[in-house]
Amino acid sequence: MIQINQLSKKYKGAEVFSVKDLDLKVEKGEIYGLLGPNGAGKTTLISMLTSLLKPTSGTFTIDDLNFKEHKNELKQLIGIVPQEYALYPTLTAYENLEYFGSMYGINGGALKKSIQHHLEIMGLSKFANKKTATFSGGMKRRVNLIAGILHQPKVLFLDEPTVGVDVQSKNVIIDHLKYLNKQGTTIVYTSHHLNEAEIFCTRVAIIDNGEIIVEGVPSELINNHVAANNLEDVFLARTGNALRDYA
Amino acid sequence: MCFWQERVMHFEIMHKLWASTYKELLLLLRDLGGIAILFVMPMLLLIVITLVQDSTFKTISDITIPVLLVDNDKGEVSKNIIDNLSESNSFQILQKDSEEEAKEAVFAGKYQLAIVIPESLSTSLQKKVNQNVEGILSKFGLEEDSLLVKKETIPVKEVRLYFDPATQVSFKSSVKNGIDKMISKIETQSIYKAFQSELGEDEDESIFDTENFIAFKEILPTKNNEEIVPNSAQHNVPAWTLFAIFFIIVPLSINLVKEKNQGTFVRLRTQPVNYATVLGGKTIVYLGVCLIQFTLMLLVGIYIFPAIGLPVVDVTGKLFLLYVVAIFSGLAAIGLGLLLGTIAKTQEQAAPFGATTVVILAALGGVWVPVFVMPKFMQLISKISPMNWGLEAFYDVFLRNVSFVKILPEISLLLLFFLLTILIAIIYNRSKNAV
Repeated sequence: MIQINQLSKKYKGAEVFSVKDLDLKVEKGEIYGLLGPNGAGKTTLISMLTSLLKPTSGTFTIDDLNFKEHKNELKQLIGIVPQEYALYPTLTAYENLEYFGSMYGINGGALKKSIQHHLEIMGLSKFANKKTATFSGGMKRRVNLIAGILHQPKVLFLDEPTVGVDVQSKNVIIDHLKYLNKQGTTIVYTSHHLNEAEIFCTRVAIIDNGEIIVEGVPSELINNHVAANNLEDVFLARTGNALRDYA
Repeated sequence: MCFWQERVMHFEIMHKLWASTYKELLLLLRDLGGIAILFVMPMLLLIVITLVQDSTFKTISDITIPVLLVDNDKGEVSKNIIDNLSESNSFQILQKDSEEEAKEAVFAGKYQLAIVIPESLSTSLQKKVNQNVEGILSKFGLEEDSLLVKKETIPVKEVRLYFDPATQVSFKSSVKNGIDKMISKIETQSIYKAFQSELGEDEDESIFDTENFIAFKEILPTKNNEEIVPNSAQHNVPAWTLFAIFFIIVPLSINLVKEKNQGTFVRLRTQPVNYATVLGGKTIVYLGVCLIQFTLMLLVGIYIFPAIGLPVVDVTGKLFLLYVVAIFSGLAAIGLGLLLGTIAKTQEQAAPFGATTVVILAALGGVWVPVFVMPKFMQLISKISPMNWGLEAFYDVFLRNVSFVKILPEISLLLLFFLLTILIAIIYNRSKNAV
């Protein structure tokens, strides 16, 4: 579904590459986790795959469509759930979703049905007509997610979709993502919650300094690592304990 | 691409434009404080400015300025000056005994003007005139003792004027001109009188007509055979309405910067929608805001101005053209606001830059100082200010009573400015976010 070849990104004025000669293949129907410490290059990679950043070099295709030649088709094909709440705080949840759904070209009854369906699953129906400024972090995250899936994308990119939410909201989000995956949506997501990724992902890649340092099925990665009881042990063994503060 | 595909694509673009417009409308309606500022402040500005400027449009006789006068002459000329000043109804004469006292009061800002008439002005003027008249007559051999005329040196007399340093240059100029004209008239009449006494045997016989031969008449544009007399309202409504319309730059640019900062713009960039559609929605809503602003300001001019003693704004037969100018001025302002919002990264950049730009454009456009009194270089620069095009178009309709064809060049420039700014915004956005 996603084929990345030698993809690199070096920001203007930066000394090092944020993503360096990265090769990656994500199969259709996978839930693929991109894990890594702060500044590893996860968000940069997702930003390139979602048309937000221009790669310095390399190519990628999604559903066999090249990103340079089929920019608009790709945008219709993918959905994105950004890390920040990309919502208008003075609009209601319904108005936000109606607008973002319209921008995907959905309209009329189909849009209304899709919004109501997702709000129902996410437990937000009774808050549909409330301004999102009054929502809790967990509620905003759920609306943020719905805004990226209204058009039933083939590939869904999520940048830390469960950061800063309570356990209940997190479970609803993860359950819905699993449901979408069963419906045929390929999911690529980044997270710092390694326990969540261990259970949720079919495959993961640990990225550090813009490069994939290990990739595979979570259970296999744990088994292949001596003294590793979980994905967090593998992660620390491969990325080290040093703090990754950067500015 | 087949016909139906094209139709579907067209429909999709229109649907996205409608959704963008509806979203912008909702965002605006949810900010009641913002709406109040957008509509109330321009009206307040218009009323205050018109009240302040109303006096400058009234004739000089409507205003009485207290003036200090020191009469060191106490003769016929000073009496003439005092009478003339009093008769003009523009000045309330307050006599002072000493020049120093008058000077101090004026320089302290208590009075705007002091006039000091020099000692023996009347006798010196009479001597000078007599000397000149006798000199002329002796040349023609008309003076009986022409050979005996001996020239006495008469020192030049000066009427001193003291102005409050805070007095505006235009006021000083008009007072100086007025007094200069009055003194010239007194001098001329003295010359006529001297000739009369030298030539006429009968003192009462009038040889010269001492009234001005050349008179001035201002011809004003007419409508239905009635002269259109400009007043402060006719001048201020277009100027300050335009100023308010252009102030849309500030909230509009902030609106765009907010979108970038709150992450919604990031989401839009990942969606199959082009930047022109996003800008289109904002343009439609904010153009509506401009037109409501314009309507409210016209209503103020028509209904509130007369109620507070200001001249009424006459829009009879001009409404269509006025709205045409308002639409194109609004588009020019929106284009600039969208360009600024596209380039600015923070609200701290957008707001002060936008506000200052409007003030500069207003100054260049002739909102405060007429373009013709600006230095040549600034006059050239003012020609590239969209506010100047808008103001000229408004004046054309309001004061010059022209037809649609006459305002075509100005509204075409405003439209071109809108298209150009939008184009630059789209190109800039594309270059910054190219993938």
